[in-house]
Amino acid sequence: MSGMAVQPVLLWSDALLFVLISVIVALALWARRQDALRAAWARVARDGVAMAAATVLAVFVLIGLLDSLHYRARLESQPGDNPATTARYAVEVNSALDALLTDLRSRTEKTYSAPLATHLFAREALENSTQREFPRLKYGGIHLGANLSGHEFDVALRLSRGLAGGVLVWLLLMLLARRMKVGAGGTAVRAVAITLLPILLLFGAAISLGAGYHVFGTDKVGQDVLYLSLKSIRTGLLIGTLTTLVMLPAAVALGILAGYVGGWVDDLIQYLYTTLSSIPGVLLIAAAVLMMQVVIDTHPDWFATSAERADARLLALCLILGMTSWTGVARLLRGETLKLRELEFVQAAQAFGVGSFAIMRRHILPNLMHIVLISLVMDFSGLVLAEAVLSYVGVGVDPTTISFGTMINTARMELAREPMVWWSLVAAFSFMFTLVLAANLFADAVRDAFDPRSSA
Amino acid sequence: MLAYIIRRLLYAIPILIGVNLFTFALFFVVNTPDDMARMQLGVKRVTPEAIQKWKAERGYDKPLVWNAAAAGSAALTDTIFFSKSVRMFAGDFGRADDGRDIAREIGDRMGPSLAIALPTFVLGLFVAISFALLLVFFRATTLDFAGVVLCVAMMSISGLFYIIGGQWLVSKVWHLVPISGYSGGLDAAKFLILPVIIGVFGGIGSSARWYRTIFLEEIGRDYVRTARAKGLPERVVLFRHVLRNAMIPILTGVVVVIPTLFMGSLLTESFFGVPGLGSYTIDAINAQDFAVVRSMVFIGSVLYIVGLLLTDLSYTLADPRVRLQ
Repeated sequence: MSGMAVQPVLLWSDALLFVLISVIVALALWARRQDALRAAWARVARDGVAMAAATVLAVFVLIGLLDSLHYRARLESQPGDNPATTARYAVEVNSALDALLTDLRSRTEKTYSAPLATHLFAREALENSTQREFPRLKYGGIHLGANLSGHEFDVALRLSRGLAGGVLVWLLLMLLARRMKVGAGGTAVRAVAITLLPILLLFGAAISLGAGYHVFGTDKVGQDVLYLSLKSIRTGLLIGTLTTLVMLPAAVALGILAGYVGGWVDDLIQYLYTTLSSIPGVLLIAAAVLMMQVVIDTHPDWFATSAERADARLLALCLILGMTSWTGVARLLRGETLKLRELEFVQAAQAFGVGSFAIMRRHILPNLMHIVLISLVMDFSGLVLAEAVLSYVGVGVDPTTISFGTMINTARMELAREPMVWWSLVAAFSFMFTLVLAANLFADAVRDAFDPRSSA
Repeated sequence: MLAYIIRRLLYAIPILIGVNLFTFALFFVVNTPDDMARMQLGVKRVTPEAIQKWKAERGYDKPLVWNAAAAGSAALTDTIFFSKSVRMFAGDFGRADDGRDIAREIGDRMGPSLAIALPTFVLGLFVAISFALLLVFFRATTLDFAGVVLCVAMMSISGLFYIIGGQWLVSKVWHLVPISGYSGGLDAAKFLILPVIIGVFGGIGSSARWYRTIFLEEIGRDYVRTARAKGLPERVVLFRHVLRNAMIPILTGVVVVIPTLFMGSLLTESFFGVPGLGSYTIDAINAQDFAVVRSMVFIGSVLYIVGLLLTDLSYTLADPRVRLQ
């Protein structure tokens, strides 16, 4: 394998994410052939707000997916090595997003600097001077040289260039869409187009300004805040989706079993979820995460790289969050199964002698899918918000994992500073708000389209 | 009624035993006390003597469930399971890592927790229901639509933002109240106002939207049409008929929370430096004080179960048709 410039790395969370995506694709293909499901999705597609939210979500998912293609870069071969047989790879695990953002990632300053600044945020004693001055940044605005009078003009120029680029790309996309006659079936294309414009404008401005400045400033160790915000997206998406994914099989199986079989099986399953749900969620999560930390800390030999350890902790957090949230879904599914069990088509199947397992799989499960889907999209936004709170409490993701929670947590320490370091907080909260708002709006539309009660 | 209460209390026993066994398994079986000692003392350089001392200080140097060395009933009682888990039923939570009695500490800290949680709860309920009624009164108008959009936007904002933003605006920019702290007596009011307002504000979005759905479901029913048909003004329909009939779904979600108010709020208390149970829990989590976390898990479940019982009882007050037997 000497020709490879990179060595692909598949973290467990990446694998699960790709499993999740293939499941969604498979379900989508299956749903195309079901009239009722196709009609429900068509209803979502005609809803302007839902399609605008879906556009925003798609951008976030794209960034998250780019950040899930991990690799280890190949190192320069040493003098003694035979380049044909041995290849050395860096210990550091990077992603495709890291490669795209190499500039942002590598241009770290010494410490805090405000958005678009040319100097550090705090005064420091310079080498050949007794006075304390604001030192120049190593990268931010370095193209200006010694003459700083053109700073504002340069920022305005770059900004307008970026915005113009955004408009240009948007117009090209619109032309392309018109040529290909997108949206003949009543899809709310106009909403998608209107949403794409501000997204492209922001992208254009960020790319153009980001080439010369730190658009959102830098944090305590000098890392670019825009880079940190983009990297946090993957963590948020993973926690929002994988948590539901890992708890779903158990919740569906137990819910249907309890509702259909009844008797002592029902009693046992009800006892199980009543017991678990009677423990307050945060405390259960805190206790479980503490114990998981002990396991991880006492077994350092399980993980080859620190990325693997952080990844294991992220997955364990998803499992623990799933453990606390499956009870609600299981209860809903049990109630619905109780109702379905008494309907004619199930009774007919029983009369024909179809086995219990086959009835649950063929007749009950498909009729519960809307509940599963609704809970999947409804839980997402709550989980993204929960990650930030849990990281603050100290039972969230690994401190080395970049997430909205860890960003807020480190920025919080600096609130007492005068003047305030506000940019990390504002960046983290804005990204989180956009993601969660889009998810909430999309979830509402999906619920309205799929809930048989609300369509009446 | 009394028979019902007694039966419900008896139902609670197996659930509490389940919680107890679960926490025991989580804290002592998933990890051995040796692992916990190594974690707290530092994984690398730790001598077996130090681990022994750590375990002896906390009473973790006993066998887990069966003490073969002891005679008679002591074989069962002189174990970690009995001394740490079974004793919790008697209100004995042991000592925290700083040597203080946990049960006593919990008693002391309930007051400050309630001082924040109770006003937040009552005021939040009032504001959210009023807002929801207002939206329902103007249903299917631009005002209703704007209100729902506002609710969705407000529930999409992280709770941390409300606290950090509120502290910054009210305490740092306007200098109205101290940024954090706590004192007993009437003096506490100036420390309590901001956390209560922030708590109410942060909760409006999701709860007002939920109440609005409940009211809208009620408003489509026949009795509402009858009430309107006989000429009642919309105001009377809403307050006398819809609000009353919506009580059952509202109580289901609300009453269960009341007992857990004793637990306090983790975030609010730690941001505002209130010495309540919430900040106690956060400190314990950060200091990895396993005994305190375990006690809080147990108390939390007890309070939740009490809440479920209260919910059932409240139905009989809200709806005379409900008979518990």
